[in-house]
Amino acid sequence: MIAVILLVGVIYSVPNFFPSEPAVQLSSKVDKTIDPATMQRFEQALQAKGLTIRASENNGQQALFRFEDTDVQLKASEALKAAVGDEFIVALNLAPSTPGWLRSLNANPMFLGLDLRGGVHFLMEVDMKAALDKQIDRYEDEFRDFLREKDIKYLGIAREGDTVLAKFRDAASRDAAQAALSDEYRDNLQFTVPQGSTDLQASISQVAMLNIQKFALQQNITTLRKRVNELGVSEPVIQQQGTNRIVVQLPGVQDTARAKEILGATATLEFRLVDETNDAAQAQQSGRAPIGSQIYKERSGSPILLKRQVMLTGDYIIDASSGFDDNNRPAVHITLDGKGASRFSKVTGENQKKLMGVVFIETKIESKEIDGKQVKTSSTTQEVINVARIQEQLGKRFQITGLDSPKEARDLALLLRAGALAAPVYIVEERTVGPSMGKENIEKGFNSNLWGFIAVVLFMVIYYRVFGMISSVALAINGFFLFALLSMIQATLTLPGLAGIALTLGMAIDANVLINERIREELRAGASPQVAINVGYDRAWGTIIDSNLTTLIAGIALFLLGSGPIKGFAVVLCLGILTSMFSAVTVSRAMVNLVYGYKPHLQKIEI
Amino acid sequence: MLEFFHFKKAIPFMRHGKTTTTISLATFVFSVFALLFYGLNLGVDFTGGTVMEVRYAQAAPIDNIREAIKATGYHEVAVQNFGSTQDVLIRLPLKEGVSSAQVSEQIMGVLKTGTPDVSLSKVDFVGGQVGQELYENGGLALILVAAGIIIYLAFRFEWRFAVSAAVANLHDVVIILGLFAFFQWQFDLTVLAGILAILGYSVNESVVVFDRIRENIRTMRDDTIPDIIDSAITTTMSRTIITHISTQIMVLAMLWFGGEALHNFALALTIGIMFGIYSSVLVASPLLLLFGLQREHMIPKESEKIEGMSADGSVV
Repeated sequence: MIAVILLVGVIYSVPNFFPSEPAVQLSSKVDKTIDPATMQRFEQALQAKGLTIRASENNGQQALFRFEDTDVQLKASEALKAAVGDEFIVALNLAPSTPGWLRSLNANPMFLGLDLRGGVHFLMEVDMKAALDKQIDRYEDEFRDFLREKDIKYLGIAREGDTVLAKFRDAASRDAAQAALSDEYRDNLQFTVPQGSTDLQASISQVAMLNIQKFALQQNITTLRKRVNELGVSEPVIQQQGTNRIVVQLPGVQDTARAKEILGATATLEFRLVDETNDAAQAQQSGRAPIGSQIYKERSGSPILLKRQVMLTGDYIIDASSGFDDNNRPAVHITLDGKGASRFSKVTGENQKKLMGVVFIETKIESKEIDGKQVKTSSTTQEVINVARIQEQLGKRFQITGLDSPKEARDLALLLRAGALAAPVYIVEERTVGPSMGKENIEKGFNSNLWGFIAVVLFMVIYYRVFGMISSVALAINGFFLFALLSMIQATLTLPGLAGIALTLGMAIDANVLINERIREELRAGASPQVAINVGYDRAWGTIIDSNLTTLIAGIALFLLGSGPIKGFAVVLCLGILTSMFSAVTVSRAMVNLVYGYKPHLQKIEI
Repeated sequence: MLEFFHFKKAIPFMRHGKTTTTISLATFVFSVFALLFYGLNLGVDFTGGTVMEVRYAQAAPIDNIREAIKATGYHEVAVQNFGSTQDVLIRLPLKEGVSSAQVSEQIMGVLKTGTPDVSLSKVDFVGGQVGQELYENGGLALILVAAGIIIYLAFRFEWRFAVSAAVANLHDVVIILGLFAFFQWQFDLTVLAGILAILGYSVNESVVVFDRIRENIRTMRDDTIPDIIDSAITTTMSRTIITHISTQIMVLAMLWFGGEALHNFALALTIGIMFGIYSSVLVASPLLLLFGLQREHMIPKESEKIEGMSADGSVV
């Protein structure tokens, strides 16, 4: 039993000791699977530059090429970006060099935290107040349009605090307005009538408020994800934290300035007519667009010609959600505000049956060093995210169909929203660790573990001799178990985590000391060696449980309340306590039996 | 057999109860005093602000750096060497109106115009709100750990044990905090983690002694409670010291080899381990007496005889 567990421990901890290799990772921008033909394209691009691939793999979603050193890796990344950068995300990565048979057992090394491999950690906060403000301003506009449409006369509509206040000449028109408005905005707004007046006050309902927040957060996560892809990071983390925060972790990113610029870009949308009379491919080849048109790129990378005139900008979009049309095909439902609706209705009425393209535009501020001075330039990237035919005159609510899958509909809806009302995000926490610092941290963490361990072993062997050796082996095995367990759950190893390993190893020896002391005591009391061993282990067990469980309580509290680095430490601490309880008692007992068990008339033991 | 501690007779620790309590009280009062008058030197984790670590190819021109940064409008800037003459630590407070994220870029820009051979090794920026939250969560964790331990010990032993252990532990924590305040060592998230680990670790100590007291109460029928406690402390003494030495070895390794990042963490642990020995033995146990521990509290009633209990009440 113990041997089997030991084997499992060794197998799962071993992958951590293989060095990682420089690699380049490719994945499709539009979630297309990577087929062998595509792989061949990649390989050709690399061979064209005379770069040798050490190994390659492809799991359909991602292709990975390993290289001899970072120099080749950088060149390869440049080559691939130039060749297929339009369609694929090219990211630098460090791939573990674990042998295949180990990987097939799911034995993978732990992830290294940002403090060990270098990278950036951002905590971003969505400005919920701004999101609500925008929404209230929007309702104010909408009320005017709506009441005019319904032919209900009002004196004035203005924002008051977090509410919209509409004034009417008499109670009758107020009541009419209330009836009509509450019918229209039943789910989102609450209407109240201030005492003794002919006004109507509208405030956002609790449910709608939560929705706005959820929406703002979701939308920001989507845009951030899209931008991070652009950065070419191999294992980015973008996660919601709490109700209004987003964690962004970009391992391996060195250029934090660029990362911030890209993450802080603003997105807008434009609807433009497609130039159907000219050939886009030809225009791209000649590099000249026909008069009145402009060359754009679709998400697949192929060129498209759009008219210069903008039909509508994304500012007018209130909402975009994915769903299905009447024929059960995936669709995106878009809602425009009053002004946008009247303008859009006019242009679409004039251009029925024509193709319309949606352009996603991102503007970012980049600072570059020119002649030793920091110069800020803004750059834009434009991409056509959808092309659809205008079937009829479009108004306040319309839908885009002809999408391949519900997923595509969802993505488009998210992008449309991203270009619409973006609630601003602020960085509220940043932790950046340079790559050399990361390497140093690994070294330091490893060294303190190693030297500490050696010193403890020396001490134990001198003090307890054979039993000290047994305790030391149990301690080493405990180290393996801890590593294996952490690798199995694919924990992220951080510097505090390494400190946690050192600390648990130091504390783990406690169990063995308890046992050894107990055995000595029994011997002193005149017990025979075999009896002393048995009694020693038995009596120490209760104490071991009690003392470890109290530490476990501390560990769990740390895990629940700690953030970032503390959490990593807590995980290691908790797991370390569990493994040490096992190894100190079971493993060392088995070894004692192995050494002394076969001698029934044991006269003397080395302790 | 190599032995450091071999006592033929129990050492009468309890007779010196007054002395040890006085020592504890004195250190405790000193720590509270230090906390009140000096206050903790809180790191950016809790106060908010920016800390940057930069590395120069040559020895860093500290004064020039300070002047250059001050020229950009940051007046309360702290610039100091750490580790080596090439490594520089720059600490900046939060500034109204300046977007957090721009700070590090702005400073790097300034530094690069002065000396091009400078690279950024680390940036920690924490917003004011986040810092406040981390601080509150830390306090909450401290309370939660203490409560969890009290509940567990009350359940496993008896309330007198639980409270004694908790008091002894908090005594340790206050002393660590006091020393950090007195020497104005930086108090950040990792130090907090260290303190919480010490809470769990040092209660460990108390538990081992308590365990022995409980056992002795059952076996040493003719002795008084102070004698029983003395005997328990004496017999576990060797184990206490050995365990602490080995843990301390690991922590010292961290202190020496772990670099700046782990330095204060290891420091907190070192203080904690030192006082952990003392408090578990000489604070928790006298408290037991103070709370009036009686033999009856630990002896199960006749009807609840433990299985396998022999005539003298011991359990093997």
